[in-house]
Amino acid sequence: MREEEKFKIPIGPQHPALKEPENFSLALKGEKIMGVEIRLGYNHRGIEKAAEARTYVQDVYLLERVCGICSHAHSTCFVQAVEEIAGAQVPKRALYIRTLIAELERIHSHLLWLGVAGHEIGFDTLLMYTWRDREIVMDILALLTGNRVNYGINTLGGVRRDINKEEIETINNGVDILEERTKYYIEVATQETTIIKRLSGVGILSREDALELDAVGPTARASGVKRDIRHDDPYAAYAEIDFNVITDDHSDVYGRTVVRVKELMEAYKIVRQCLKDMPDGPITVKVPRKIPVGEAISRYEAPRGEDVHFVKSNGTEYPERVKVRAPTLANLRAVKHMLKDRFLADMPIVVAAIDPCFSCTDRLISVENNGSRDKQFLTWEALRNYSIEWHRDKGIDFTELNKNFRKRLGSI
Amino acid sequence: MEVVKKIMTWARIKSPWILHFNTGACNACDIEIIAALTPRYDLERFGVQLKGTPRHADVLVCSGAVTRQIEDRLIRIYEQMPEPKFVVAVGTCACSGGVFDGCYNVMGGIKSVIPVSAFIPGCPASPKAIIDGVAKLLESLEEKNDTGRKS
Repeated sequence: MREEEKFKIPIGPQHPALKEPENFSLALKGEKIMGVEIRLGYNHRGIEKAAEARTYVQDVYLLERVCGICSHAHSTCFVQAVEEIAGAQVPKRALYIRTLIAELERIHSHLLWLGVAGHEIGFDTLLMYTWRDREIVMDILALLTGNRVNYGINTLGGVRRDINKEEIETINNGVDILEERTKYYIEVATQETTIIKRLSGVGILSREDALELDAVGPTARASGVKRDIRHDDPYAAYAEIDFNVITDDHSDVYGRTVVRVKELMEAYKIVRQCLKDMPDGPITVKVPRKIPVGEAISRYEAPRGEDVHFVKSNGTEYPERVKVRAPTLANLRAVKHMLKDRFLADMPIVVAAIDPCFSCTDRLISVENNGSRDKQFLTWEALRNYSIEWHRDKGIDFTELNKNFRKRLGSI
Repeated sequence: MEVVKKIMTWARIKSPWILHFNTGACNACDIEIIAALTPRYDLERFGVQLKGTPRHADVLVCSGAVTRQIEDRLIRIYEQMPEPKFVVAVGTCACSGGVFDGCYNVMGGIKSVIPVSAFIPGCPASPKAIIDGVAKLLESLEEKNDTGRKS
């Protein structure tokens, strides 16, 4: 198609449909979106660099502020990586408390999402309902950690606060009320004609595309990909907890809604199990201020999907490198695909359906040549080839391994 | 003219429309601002309504430290707002830069870019604190009456 037939419409950085400053540049033909360009970086603060200038203990609190909604996800992910390098054996009780907070956070995040999704389709009643109920879990989080958001409960080697019997009772009561309300939301999401009609067939992402575009979290699970780090690579206390990975094969925004409301029910189940099975004992072990030389990757299933942290230490109190890969970044390619050839009016809900968190996403990668100051940017393909060559030089050939891996991906 | 002025001040205090702008926050303050507008805290009882465009807004509610990318956009949004306009900085980052103070891509608090009328500290500022801050801002409008000041 000729360029002049398209009409370009910029959305953002300040736009009523977006809660965060990002820029989507849509090429339209009539009502149809022909092309999407996403411009990131308005929220780039330079956290990774700042992490290098702070000690490990300070970094726990800094990285918590990568994102305010999944703050526990980021801090736990970082803490896990550092503990792995230091070889610290975290007490069981601490792991259970981390799991408990993680699930409470998932509850608050999913309820929040349900409200925002309702708002984006003009169903503000749902926003008011879910946000009212969300206050119950916010109260529980405030009771357990002392803050409504950015809990600050993690520390290197464990958690900072223990929980007692009265608190357990309050949590149980709160979860009971929430479960009752969630049953109602499941009813709304699966039976309300307005929701079904508005969300079905919008933002379609087939199973193959989800695998190809590396979608993560509820976005992938709604396309029938059974991928959940809690299940595939258990961390904290998840190995001992019995829960189902929720999937759905609608592959559209409706499917993502169903996955999230059903995950809420699973979260209540996990919270109850955590409270029941929580062992007694200490909640923290001592971790030295200076972390020995080493590097580690840690994965965590945040409410939005897989969160990855990489930490490299050099034997001092300060990390040499911290790298964050937030789930929204992985899902953005899928968004581009989902928007294409769709209507402009669907854009807010399609973007909202991945539960975007741009403050997590805005990272910067630049490679500097040795000696010179010009910066070099690698495409994904070039970076991949570079890594294959690098490993081949070291005597490891990943080509065969990759083929097997692709095959295994196909069979999930 | 006294009467007109009185009516204008009354209208301004009874229905301050706000525009929320994320200037580089971590989302924590943003969800607390939305929480303040939803049933439990219900900021709307003061006549506060969230609007989508700066041209309808009286109060600009900013959250987060100002990043280099957002600086120009923040100034532009501020200039689009009709007079008299007020800026509320929500959260420690918006007040002073917070934990991000000194980062290479962060300019500092909101006041390093545009004039600010009210600061609401906290990481994140709780909905209660936000309501308190807004109420104090409205009170100050009443006292100052309409002096046509810029910020």
